[in-house]
Amino acid sequence: MTSSTQELLRFATAGSVDDGKSTLVGRLLHDTKSVLVDTLAAVQNASVAKGLHEIDLALLTDGLRAEREQGITIDVAYRYFATPQRSFILADTPGHVEYTRNMITGASTAELALVLVDARHGVVEQTRRHAAVAALLGVRHLTLAVNKMDLVGYDAGRFAEIAAQFTHVAASLGVADAVAIPVSALVGDNVVTRSEHTMWYTGPTLLEHLEQVPVGEDAAAEPLRFPVQYVIRPRSDSYQDYRAYAGKVAHGVVRVGDEVVVQPADHRTTVIAIDGLAGPLDYAVASQSVSLRLADALDVSRGDLISTAQHPAPVTQDLIGDVCVLSDRPLGLATRVLVQHGTRIVRAKVSEVIARLDVGTLRPREFAGQLALNDIGLLRLRLAEPLPVDDYAQFRRNGAFLIIDGSDGSTIAAGMSVSIPGRSVSP
Amino acid sequence: MTTLDSLAQSAVPNRLFLSQLDALESEAVHIIREVAGGFERPVLLFSGGKDSVVMLHLAAKAFAPASIPFPALHVDTGHNFPELLEYRDRCVNRYGVRLKVASVQDFIDSGRLLERPDGTRNPLQTVPLLEAITDNRFDAVFGGGRRDEEKARAKERVFSLRDEFGQWDPRRQRPELWDLYNGRHRPGEHVRVFPLSNWTELDVWKYVDREGIDLPAIYFAHQRKVFQRDGMWLTPGDWGGPKESEPVETRTVRYRTVGDMSCTGAVESDATTVADVITEVIASTITERGATRADDRLTEAAMEDRKREGYF
Repeated sequence: MTSSTQELLRFATAGSVDDGKSTLVGRLLHDTKSVLVDTLAAVQNASVAKGLHEIDLALLTDGLRAEREQGITIDVAYRYFATPQRSFILADTPGHVEYTRNMITGASTAELALVLVDARHGVVEQTRRHAAVAALLGVRHLTLAVNKMDLVGYDAGRFAEIAAQFTHVAASLGVADAVAIPVSALVGDNVVTRSEHTMWYTGPTLLEHLEQVPVGEDAAAEPLRFPVQYVIRPRSDSYQDYRAYAGKVAHGVVRVGDEVVVQPADHRTTVIAIDGLAGPLDYAVASQSVSLRLADALDVSRGDLISTAQHPAPVTQDLIGDVCVLSDRPLGLATRVLVQHGTRIVRAKVSEVIARLDVGTLRPREFAGQLALNDIGLLRLRLAEPLPVDDYAQFRRNGAFLIIDGSDGSTIAAGMSVSIPGRSVSP
Repeated sequence: MTTLDSLAQSAVPNRLFLSQLDALESEAVHIIREVAGGFERPVLLFSGGKDSVVMLHLAAKAFAPASIPFPALHVDTGHNFPELLEYRDRCVNRYGVRLKVASVQDFIDSGRLLERPDGTRNPLQTVPLLEAITDNRFDAVFGGGRRDEEKARAKERVFSLRDEFGQWDPRRQRPELWDLYNGRHRPGEHVRVFPLSNWTELDVWKYVDREGIDLPAIYFAHQRKVFQRDGMWLTPGDWGGPKESEPVETRTVRYRTVGDMSCTGAVESDATTVADVITEVIASTITERGATRADDRLTEAAMEDRKREGYF
């Protein structure tokens, strides 16, 4: 059930099959009554066919033929559920093979990452990697579900130990908000319903936490960034001279009367009108699709960025960024690629492989020569044209970019701009 | 200037976030504009069903006051509910979009497709669709698919690359990052685009309500002669129903999805208005496709198999 003013939380899960992640997601959907009778019956039948005695909630999320046959999760699955407080979009990401690739896909739009551990094993190498990837992608809220508490006798000491390890990992990655919750997905303890087995635990259940965590950025505190997607020119009798620049506000707020600058050309002008999807507006905020009309007849087209004149984005032809390689094509010195940033695609060449990062700590490791599938590293790219790019850690959407293979169009890597002192900045 | 600034400042409230429905609307419009800006020859699949009408409505908003810069394509199974064709033409006029039709009947008449023994034509739509894409050199095809509909759809990207045979390969999907949609493809390949990926059935109905979108009458409760097959209420027609053992009776029903008459079932319902339907959807214990689509019941992975062959 949703009301017209309800908030939306996008979150991603990470963890391996053995941690019981699919079971936890299944439990969350089941206990919030988001699974309907026919779906449940199909899962029940499939469980019986596999010779299981109890219903296997993992089958709720594993939809592809190969997944069901092999009992694994291959790809990110999106799930939708709602409570009277909030609507949720859950990106359920597999934890084993190609975990980095999948987790990056799921976490790139998430505001919260839910990482699972088995209470018997505690924080392991994979937990560190999941937390590190979430931190790198700028996910601000990390939540650890300490699962299978039933198998450690609901031991408060064991939970406290794992929670402390996790808080330490999160702090070392620079994530301030890290919360651990003791659960048993199989039994249902503290997922939606408070457990009677953990009377020592006073924190929220998993669902309560998901309902309470703050969402959204403080749009008012961010500078305007508006990538132009499309120029609207009706050329009809009633709209002879109408020309508007359509796009979705990436950061900040735009108001009628705002002084803006069109980047990278650096033309200054004023916003004279904002046309929203239901008519004229006085202002528009981050995530809103609108079209802007400007005071001056400038050469503005798809690929340009409209920014607040007081605080434009740094313009550079040497892009430095953390990259995660997501394809089996390696990135090395002089590799020729395309870079997609906002609505613009430019030619580029790798001019330096600065370092490969340790996937668990994000600290630089040895120079690797080139970066291969699932590697995370720091790259310098020489761009054919300058781009207005913000520091990703500060402004996520205008700091993000894709590295694309020009020959077949496939996505090679996810990029997150890092601002380094001494980089060329527009006046 | 200062006065205007401070006036505008004061008009901006403290909390700045979009409601869930506004966020979904803005996301869909962003996707539609990305396609119009980044592709040469997009087309929007239009069936007359509620999802395709919502998509058309969003496309009209995305480019207003200009007209929609791409045509609509109807893959006509020839088993349409009669009121649907009339509705389709009305919509096309209202939204000012050009309509192209790919006809399954034409393919059957010319021997390029064979009628199935069960009379169902939904799976037969794939060939005329792919031919239309090739003939018109469409490089982006908007579909109204939603991830909440079905478990294979739950894993499909917003921009879904198809090879020259229109096939979907779940293992070859591109990672989809932030809102940076990568639509690059090789000649002969095309991209299916799903702007409603993150909408649920309930979101669609709430949007229909908020926007006052006109829907075909069969979505609302009406008296209809029906017969029961595999637990669904089907409408008698030339396509091969009912059999002798299937008695026809009159019931008060409505449709939750609109497809080929041979495999789209009605549900018993008293919901005569959009508000009634919303109440019904909230209370429903059965999924939309589970209740009404025989084509999804063929096997556990029926949708995945059809998608691999080029279905939308």
